[in-house]
Amino acid sequence: MRKSFLAAALGFTLVFAGPSAMAATTGPHAAWMDWEPGNDVGNIASLQRGAANFMGYCAGCHSLKYKRYSRVAKDLNIPEEQMEKLLLLPGAKKGDYIITPMSKADGEVWFGKAPPDLSLTTRAKGSDYVYQFLKTFYVDPKSTNGTNNLALPNTAMPHVLSALQGVQEAKFKAVEKVVDGETVTEQHWDSFELTSPGQLSPEEYDGFVRDTVNFLEYVGEPVKAKRESLGVWVILFLLVFTGFAYLLKQEYWKDVK
Amino acid sequence: MAASSDHAGKTGFRAWLNKRLPVDEFIDSQLIGYFAPKNFNIWYFFGALALLVFVIQILTGIFLTMHYKPSETAAFDSVEYIMREVEWGWLIRYMHSTGASFFFIVVYLHMFRAMIYGSYRAPRELLWILGMLLYLALMAEAFMGYVLPWGNMSYWGAQVIVNLFGTIPVIGPGVVEWIRGDYGIADSTLNRFFALHVIALPFAIAFLVLMHLVALRQTGSNNPDGIEIKEKMGSNGKPIDGIPFHPYYTVKDVVGVGVFLIFFCGVIFFAPTFGGLFLEKPNFEPANELSTPEHIAPVWYFTAFYAMLRAVPDQQLGALLMLLAIVVLFFLPWLDRSPVKSIRYKGWLSKIALALFVVSFVVLSYLGLKPASDLYVILARVFTAVYFAYFLLMPWYTRIEKCKSAPERVTYHA
Repeated sequence: MRKSFLAAALGFTLVFAGPSAMAATTGPHAAWMDWEPGNDVGNIASLQRGAANFMGYCAGCHSLKYKRYSRVAKDLNIPEEQMEKLLLLPGAKKGDYIITPMSKADGEVWFGKAPPDLSLTTRAKGSDYVYQFLKTFYVDPKSTNGTNNLALPNTAMPHVLSALQGVQEAKFKAVEKVVDGETVTEQHWDSFELTSPGQLSPEEYDGFVRDTVNFLEYVGEPVKAKRESLGVWVILFLLVFTGFAYLLKQEYWKDVK
Repeated sequence: MAASSDHAGKTGFRAWLNKRLPVDEFIDSQLIGYFAPKNFNIWYFFGALALLVFVIQILTGIFLTMHYKPSETAAFDSVEYIMREVEWGWLIRYMHSTGASFFFIVVYLHMFRAMIYGSYRAPRELLWILGMLLYLALMAEAFMGYVLPWGNMSYWGAQVIVNLFGTIPVIGPGVVEWIRGDYGIADSTLNRFFALHVIALPFAIAFLVLMHLVALRQTGSNNPDGIEIKEKMGSNGKPIDGIPFHPYYTVKDVVGVGVFLIFFCGVIFFAPTFGGLFLEKPNFEPANELSTPEHIAPVWYFTAFYAMLRAVPDQQLGALLMLLAIVVLFFLPWLDRSPVKSIRYKGWLSKIALALFVVSFVVLSYLGLKPASDLYVILARVFTAVYFAYFLLMPWYTRIEKCKSAPERVTYHA
């Protein structure tokens, strides 16, 4: 029966281990959908850069309403005076939550929709999504702000990082498809082309986005790095404990014939 | 064995205590004097583990209620507050959320154990029914607990499940309103679910656990051979194939607890969302009545029944089918007509039927997580039929098949 139990446990794992495919994908699967930021919330230097990126480029519109400046400073080993000088928004105190100075009403007027709080975005949508979003802006004259996005089509957000990335154009190819007996032509994404360079090289921009997404992943679950490092010790303890418990059990069960 | 007379000569506090409260007598009769079959295998850990998870849920739940706020406007924020600003709050919350899923894992394995070894058969029918009532109470407890964080999946999940009561003829719509306490899932719904989740249902579960254990002590445990050890008594008046629960099974269960905690802590520390299965992604967004999640699915432990619901085009019939899928389990003791209890001695038909049942439950659980597309709906119908066939054909296939004869004594190799 031990074997059948293991088989059952394995079956359970196999069936339930692949739920990440639950995210709905509309249209054909494109290469950009596989882009991953390769986050490492244990990389403090990357998180520090990401925090600076966020405060410089995102915090003007987006809040992190569950995150205090002081906690960022503590977790990312940023000395308090540096924190106050470099990261604090005007008028903010170090114990405050990171709240954008832009009001919700202004956001609605300016963008049609108030920019969302980003505290939990990596948890709700996944950090892959945030990475893909920041990498797939492209020029689209039909859009009200001149750019569009593959990960979030018709997003209200303009490409605020275009000064860094440069101007990116998307190449689409026409694909003919038969739907209900009629031939329809669909535009499928093919590739990106940088038509005018930004302040950063493509590699530098990629690093900028990765650091920022890494920081947002940390903000989504500040305890993640600690949780994993502590977990190793917990499991090690349990292995030793279970080993001794087994020896004790063997000792008692010697009498059972 | 140690009889209560051993303690008569004791003096001091213990004697004082035992004169007033039968502590030693209880330990002697219920733990040392309780003889369990010596041939328990790995499947016999899950009852004790279910009790362990229940205790974990109660203890972590107490600390969560110290910081959680059951209100439409504050619930979601208070959970994030626990995750971020309460000392060790993240660990307590992950223990509780992971505990919910592990509760169902161990309960499902515990129920499966009863099914393979015929533990529901006479004289243990009531033990099985008390267990089934526990399963129902656990389902209600888990559902209401899932609503409390007030994430978007909490909200929409509550919407879907509560609306199922609307399919009851005539009184349905009134019942839905009565459950919600409002015209929609609202603050009043959250408040009453909180009350039921932290007071009413835990009490009901604790009471049922007690009854389940009392009934177990009355009949004694079944074992992998499905034979009654009480039929072979030794000269000491105890079953020859029985061993005292304490210390033999207490030390053995400690090993089981150790292995269990390795898995449990593995999830808590390294995969607390379990890829979106234990904590679903849309639940990291606050409840929003204007934004339906792309794909509403309950947590994995309900998805088999959810797949059955969606397999039927008519919602009323679907809800009825879902209910029957659980009700039919109550009748298991009377559906099984086999001359033997354990799968070890049953014939091929029973073995194949049980295997198909397990496959149908796992496949339905998987399908319930997926969008209801054409192929999935067809598969859900097929496996719903298989699920019910296991029960409805049982009186037939357990009677006609050729069984091996069960042994006189339990099979045990030291």
